Amino acid sequence: MAEEAKFPLKKVLLICAKGSLEDVLATLVMANGAVMEGIETKVFFTFFGLDGITKKRMNKLHTATVGNPAMRMPGGLPFPTWLGSIPGVEAGVSAMMKKQIDELDIPRVDEFLEMIEAGGGEIYACKLAVDMFKLKKEDLADQVINIITIGEFYEMADGQQTQIIFT
Amino acid sequence: MAQKEYAGTMVDIDDNGYMTNSDQWTKEIAAAMAAENNEELTDTHYAVLEFIRNKVSEGSNLTIRSIGKSGITDIKNFYKLFPGAPLKKATLYAGVIKPSSCV
Repeated sequence: MAEEAKFPLKKVLLICAKGSLEDVLATLVMANGAVMEGIETKVFFTFFGLDGITKKRMNKLHTATVGNPAMRMPGGLPFPTWLGSIPGVEAGVSAMMKKQIDELDIPRVDEFLEMIEAGGGEIYACKLAVDMFKLKKEDLADQVINIITIGEFYEMADGQQTQIIFT
Repeated sequence: MAQKEYAGTMVDIDDNGYMTNSDQWTKEIAAAMAAENNEELTDTHYAVLEFIRNKVSEGSNLTIRSIGKSGITDIKNFYKLFPGAPLKKATLYAGVIKPSSCV
């Protein structure tokens, strides 16, 4: 049987629009993973995803304990929604998540951005969202190359074997 | 099992070309592997390879982050030392199994 020709991914563009710890980390793991494979990588942060590249917030992201049906107690029992609404529970859950993430050698958000930049990955912020949240370039992580429109981001998706991933 | 000759020695390799018996590894084998990619290994390269071999033989999780904290090279330079997919390439040259790490 003739071997089918393969066309491996050359460029990947990721869009992160949500700001919970796991949403931002998922984007960063995928971005860094692409950089590690030698794939050209660009990441666009928009709306609440901007928290992931806002200096004041990026290392203080939280996990939602309310309205999160995948949430489990340690040991696998269901996590009742009312429990997540008690003051302090969300902070405790987020701290537990961060500890487990650290044990897997997954870095904090700021260090993750440095790793992506070190490998040649590019980070961009959405102009519309930056205006909406009344942020300035200096409020954003040093790794942010520029504040651009979504149109400008799409323009970067030129060339074959390119994918855009919305997380 | 597949075998391939590097620097006059036959070594056991898997389907991806990774050595399956890391005891067969020598610096000369690493140099021969690098030469296939037209690359030349420096002392810094070998220091990274030794670090990887130690990490893997300890059974600990090998990540780009841990190499960045090794004191041998920072992450930016690691990408320059092993261009393309650095962790995959460095583990290949280090004669250990293909990494299963996502970070």
